[in-house]
Amino acid sequence: MKRFEFIQPTSLDEALAAWEPGAAWLGGGTNLVDLMKTGAMQPVKVIDITRLPGLAEIETLAEGGVRIGALVRNSDLANDADIASRFPMVSEALLAGASGQLRNAATVGGNLMQRTRCAYFQDPQAACNRRDPGAGCDAREAGAGQAVLGWSEICIATNPSDFCVPLAALDAIVEVRGPDGAREIPMAEFHLLPGDTPERETALSPGELIVALRLPPEAEGFAANARYLKVRDRTSYAFAMTSAAAALRIENGRIAEARLALGAVAATPWRVTEAEALLAGQTPDAALFARAAEAALAGATPSGDNAWKIDLARRTAIRALEMAAAGTPAQMPALPASPFGSTAGDLAHA
Amino acid sequence: MSPSISLTLNGAKRDVALDDPRVTLLDLLRERLALPGTKKGCDRGQCGACTVLVNGRRVNSCLTLAATLDGAEITTIEGLAAGDDLHPVQAAFIENDAFQCGYCTPGQIMSAVGLIAEDRAGEDLERIREGMSGNICRCAAYHGITLAVRQATRGSAGIKKDDAA
Ligand SMILES: Cc1cc2nc3c(=O)[nH]c(=O)nc-3n(C[C@H](O)[C@H](O)[C@H](O)COP(=O)(O)OP(=O)(O)OC[C@H]3O[C@@H](n4cnc5c(N)ncnc54)[C@H](O)[C@@H]3O)c2cc1C
Ligand code: SF4
Ligand code: FES
Ligand code: FES
Repeated sequence: MKRFEFIQPTSLDEALAAWEPGAAWLGGGTNLVDLMKTGAMQPVKVIDITRLPGLAEIETLAEGGVRIGALVRNSDLANDADIASRFPMVSEALLAGASGQLRNAATVGGNLMQRTRCAYFQDPQAACNRRDPGAGCDAREAGAGQAVLGWSEICIATNPSDFCVPLAALDAIVEVRGPDGAREIPMAEFHLLPGDTPERETALSPGELIVALRLPPEAEGFAANARYLKVRDRTSYAFAMTSAAAALRIENGRIAEARLALGAVAATPWRVTEAEALLAGQTPDAALFARAAEAALAGATPSGDNAWKIDLARRTAIRALEMAAAGTPAQMPALPASPFGSTAGDLAHA
Repeated sequence: MSPSISLTLNGAKRDVALDDPRVTLLDLLRERLALPGTKKGCDRGQCGACTVLVNGRRVNSCLTLAATLDGAEITTIEGLAAGDDLHPVQAAFIENDAFQCGYCTPGQIMSAVGLIAEDRAGEDLERIREGMSGNICRCAAYHGITLAVRQATRGSAGIKKDDAA
């Protein structure tokens, strides 16, 4: 690990003033410290933001919706009873990510900003346009789990976050503070596709800090029929191969409004409004969900030896819609977001 | 700048001068504070061998910079037993054959203590397995680990009830 200067500011103004080119904010450190060890990230200054006051609260807003401070830990957010009942797929996605230990450390802001898990990005010995613009992309030769949507010839990496998938589906808003003051960024504009500039991953400008996240009042309308589904190499403690957040507002047996976003298929969480439009006004059934999933993946193309991922993503979307239509379970499933999940525990593998 | 931190480590106050902000909590414990019970497996958050409690919550010490911990309360595997009296989770691991080589065991035990304190899995085996998934066991002692955590959870429920009475 390269040496760095370490500071621990105790006010937001002090933190913003301390920023300089090459500095990095430190939340839980579960991504930054890991990448500093491999050498993929080499900040000259590490600014620990975990002592900043007032950024670790979850507030219900008077006009509906909720505001979540950037320093709320992933486990505290997931296990908040109010979040679990009003925004169940947010809790389910968080609980499907990483491990109990990592979720205790990981912050909301850090989760939004986590870097791709592309193995060539993490390894400074490999050529990577995202880490080192113009260097080339070793994943083109060897990567298997890479993007099937929104990728470019320059970079085919995916965004690994589970949390960001329901946030995209629910139109979350990211609140930011920076040297030029405060601004808000809709989730749909927060993460960027690689194009010719894969090193630009989010809409944050240098020196800007995420201070909070808001879920709008409309997001609560889906609580009765909302699920996150994550397909992975092993049942737990593994990143998604594909995932989907599906939410339906069902009135009189018809879908009044639908939300659908896919995870691990692109460099951004992938909201599919075409599929949502197709679902609206219809009676939920298997044929409808198949058509919606078809529409969701219509633009997908393999970026290497990964055509399997298109089919898997389609089937993940169908299953997530079926699970959402069946209703949000009264209790968090023993295996959150799992295709093998049961609501009660069972002895199948005991 | 050389940050100096003060910790409560296994119940005792410790002032630690850090000459380098790169030191992780794991390396601080093992290399500088003579507490090698906490193990290094992957050093990247992928195995759980380094699990300790920070302010009562289980975390991976390999991804925690020591410099961030001024004022924190740390519990490691060395701090669990009271003299010769094993902590109930330690005793349950022995009774249930919950290890083979033992390398992952300190991390498993600290993770189980954290999980039981979180009070979310209860005695449900599927929830215990999910709750313990951040700890990999190369010897695959998972069956015994799961049963040990259930037994310790039962024991702690008993203790809580007695306290309330
Ligand atoms: C073994 C392992 C398995 C994992 N599995 C999963 C998984 O299955 N699903 C999943 O979704 N995630 C998974 N993760 C990733 C984990 O969720 C992230 O590492 C975590 O959410 C990052 O949060 P943090 O607070 O620790 O961020 P940090 O490591 O502190 O920071 C990450 C990045 O965000 C920046 N940053 C932090 N806070 C802010 C802020 N407020 N404003 C602006 N920038 C900020 C930092 O500068 C850094 O670049 C896994 C991680 C590991 C190590
Ligand atoms: S896919 Fe993107 S992140 Fe991975 S090596 Fe290529 S340029 Fe780098
Ligand atoms: S050594 Fe920390 S998780 Fe493996
Ligand atoms: S007992 Fe050997 S690794 Fe778990």
